[in-house]
Amino acid sequence: MLKEITITVNGQQHTLEVEPRLLLVHMIREVLNLTGTHIGCDTSSCGACTILLDGKSIKSCTVLAVQANGKSITTIEGVAQDNQLSPLQEGFKENHGLHCGFCTPGMILRATELLAQNPNPTEDEIRWGIAGNLCRCTGYNNIVKAIQYAGAKIRGEELPSTEPEFV
Amino acid sequence: MGHSLKRKEDARFIQGKGRYVDDVKLPGMLYMDIVRSPYAYAKIKNINIDEAMKVPGVVAVVTGRDLEKYNLHWMPTLMSDTQMVLPTDTVMYQAQEVAAVIATSKYAARDGREAVRVEYEPMKPVIDPYKSLDPDAPVLRTDKEGKKDNHIWNWKVGDKQKTDDVFAKAEVVVKEQMHIPRIHVASIETCGCVADYDKVNNHLTMYMTTQAPHAIRTVIALVAGHVGLTEEKIRVISPDIGGGFGGKVPVYPGYVIAIAVSFLVGKPVKWIEDRSENLQADSFARDYHITAEMAGTKDGKILATRFKVLADHGYTDASANPSKFPTGMFSIATGSYDYDATYMECDAVYTNKPPGGVAYRCSFRVTEAVHAIERITDRFALEIGKDPAELRLQNFIKKEDFPWKSPTGWIYDSGDYHKGLLKAMDTVDYHQLRAEQAEKRKRGELMGIGLSTFTEVVGAGPSKDFDILGIKMFDSAEIRVHPTGKAIARFGTKSQGQGHETTYAQIIAEELGIPAENIQIEEGDTDTAPYGLGTYASRSTPTAGAAAAVASRKLRDKARKIAAYLLEVSEDDLEWEPGKFFVKGAPEKSKTIQEIVFASYTNHPPGMEAGFEATHYYDPPNLTFPSGAYICVVDIDKETGAIHVRRFVAIDDCGNIINPMIVQGQVHGGLTQGIAPAMYEELIYDEAGNILNGTFMDYLVPTAVESPKWETGHTVTPSPHHPIGAKGVGESPTVGAPPAIANAIVDALSPYGITHLDIPITPFKVWKALKEKGAI
Repeated sequence: MLKEITITVNGQQHTLEVEPRLLLVHMIREVLNLTGTHIGCDTSSCGACTILLDGKSIKSCTVLAVQANGKSITTIEGVAQDNQLSPLQEGFKENHGLHCGFCTPGMILRATELLAQNPNPTEDEIRWGIAGNLCRCTGYNNIVKAIQYAGAKIRGEELPSTEPEFV
Repeated sequence: MGHSLKRKEDARFIQGKGRYVDDVKLPGMLYMDIVRSPYAYAKIKNINIDEAMKVPGVVAVVTGRDLEKYNLHWMPTLMSDTQMVLPTDTVMYQAQEVAAVIATSKYAARDGREAVRVEYEPMKPVIDPYKSLDPDAPVLRTDKEGKKDNHIWNWKVGDKQKTDDVFAKAEVVVKEQMHIPRIHVASIETCGCVADYDKVNNHLTMYMTTQAPHAIRTVIALVAGHVGLTEEKIRVISPDIGGGFGGKVPVYPGYVIAIAVSFLVGKPVKWIEDRSENLQADSFARDYHITAEMAGTKDGKILATRFKVLADHGYTDASANPSKFPTGMFSIATGSYDYDATYMECDAVYTNKPPGGVAYRCSFRVTEAVHAIERITDRFALEIGKDPAELRLQNFIKKEDFPWKSPTGWIYDSGDYHKGLLKAMDTVDYHQLRAEQAEKRKRGELMGIGLSTFTEVVGAGPSKDFDILGIKMFDSAEIRVHPTGKAIARFGTKSQGQGHETTYAQIIAEELGIPAENIQIEEGDTDTAPYGLGTYASRSTPTAGAAAAVASRKLRDKARKIAAYLLEVSEDDLEWEPGKFFVKGAPEKSKTIQEIVFASYTNHPPGMEAGFEATHYYDPPNLTFPSGAYICVVDIDKETGAIHVRRFVAIDDCGNIINPMIVQGQVHGGLTQGIAPAMYEELIYDEAGNILNGTFMDYLVPTAVESPKWETGHTVTPSPHHPIGAKGVGESPTVGAPPAIANAIVDALSPYGITHLDIPITPFKVWKALKEKGAI
């Protein structure tokens, strides 16, 4: 028994027929072929599948596609606008905030909401703010720096140095 | 060199355009799910697939009996042991593969999996490795003819008599029993593949999460050659890899089943494991039980060490070590200290646990070795009441004594251990910290300072000693420069996040003068890349990085000849500066590398081969020996045992640095995979062999909250034998950090008579130890 849903993905409206049990992350990856959203666990622990649902960061492995009916989602493919990287995308690149890149889309979407709510977070607020997203490669130092860099950019302030403090 | 070039690979990753194995989607592709054993040890009485076959979308259920018909139900491990692909009659560990369900969708495959009915007859498993050697323990590997016990192998190195003599006469002897527990790499991408067998052309394309695509191609040919899949018919593609850390070196049964099914049905088959399957069934790391002893003088001179190890390999020895090294490089356990008597012995045993062990971001058991030597060194300092920093400075191998031959036979290529430790001590203001600690101890507060001054051994390795399944551990680079002076270079290694696309481009740019942005780097496709042994054990820069430099130099030699021809001078009259040759004394007469390359296609000297390409297979003359000096400061809450890492300073020496940003990033990540086993991670089994924390809900990978703000720095002692003086760095911090943390915690607790705690050191362990000692 399929169910019809209408969903806006990265600004484009889709009408789809899906199984009621289809997870949103599988709809994104398998039905829409947007493979930038990743799957890293089966317990909603890792955050690799994080997207924005009506502007709120959610783990798309924990939501059914039918629950997103009538709503709007943003995936990593929709973050850059008019070929212009978002401040966070730029921050991750400039500050070496990624190694293997697998957690990166989820991190960027999570941090997008974090900065939308609080454009000037403390380091502690950033660390707690991304505690639902696991990264196994970077040790988080440079992810924190990337988010601070993006915050400065959004606030229109002077950008912090991106040189490594490695003397 | 030495420039923090931003990474070339990042553009695709930050825009969701990375291409990982699970992103591969082929026409007609089928999906595979795996039925796994709930028991650690059981007879399979019956597998009923009737209901599963009725599930819409299910096309096949494959069991061990099916694979047996093609003699594909067993496979070799990298350590020349054997492992079931699917069992025919007995399961040997919980979560072992029992049957595979093939269906037209992921969901149908899962439905089918739930409908397979397996009848088991459980047996009493062997879980404790010490008990596995009991005379009355059941023999687990009855598949091995004549096997009468659970012992796998015995390994020993060093001079037993000499060491025992030193111990017998020594003023001070200390001893601790340590367990380096079973842990899991838990890369955020799990393992998986798409096996695509083309019946018409008898050709297999295997998209696979592997750190070593060429070696895998050879292994597949060895396993499946008898059914017609010979090596030229196999193409392994390792696309973007979402973290490896050693867990993507082995061949897991899932890969082989996917190949077998694709071979039988002639359609592509995708298998992607869940996180829980990944944690519960894929190769673990560590699980060494170590008895460490040190002998020395009352004034702090180290005289000898003894290490006795029991290695729990689970159901089969599925380690990923070089063939001649069953314990990997454990014999680096003599550490950074100058003494000449040691004896080490290791016995490996089978138990009813998943097979292993792989690295966990560690070059072949170096982490276990470093933990043992760094912990027992602190234990010795505690015994004689000497400051552990002072004791280390007293015993370090001196920089003028390199190259230095260790008592187990390694030739340490270079190092300056005093410089590293003094820099770390200076950074934390060590003596001030000790003064603060003394004050706090008077008030009964718990503060600890822990050191780790370790020597790594990486870059495997020289062909005389190092091979995997007989294949020597060289690595390779092939550089092709196009007529317009832009290049593509291909390698036998495979990045899993290390940034090879940037680092290798920088090496070639440095050697050839072609800008790094004009050099495209490719890895991971066995049809196009030169043969290599892959990326693990911090070997890429020491081997393939060296190959890039040597291949570039071959091209520079050719460029000199072409420049001499174009400028009508002798080769000896030319001088090189990055990017061009010029005539000595007449710098206006020059040819840029781009002009020279263009000439190699359009106007090459008579008699010279046209084109501008070079390949090099680099066989390192020695291993490289990175080192580090780490200091950790902890504050512990006495009432709850809660541990707060206040500071962690890491000074690394990985020789010459190609990209400081990438090296520092590797150090940050490695340190986090150091605090992880030190304080959080352990795969725990109960007596029945059930895993108690086989999901991300309860296997505690550190988040940004648990990870300290790392303070990093470096010293530079170039490797004398590496073409660009580099040593490799990816794993040093994972190796060096755990004992620094453990030493800091034990240092905090030492006033109460606590001399050792096994990692992971949790608040409960601390609280319990304090309670037992009557401190609270």
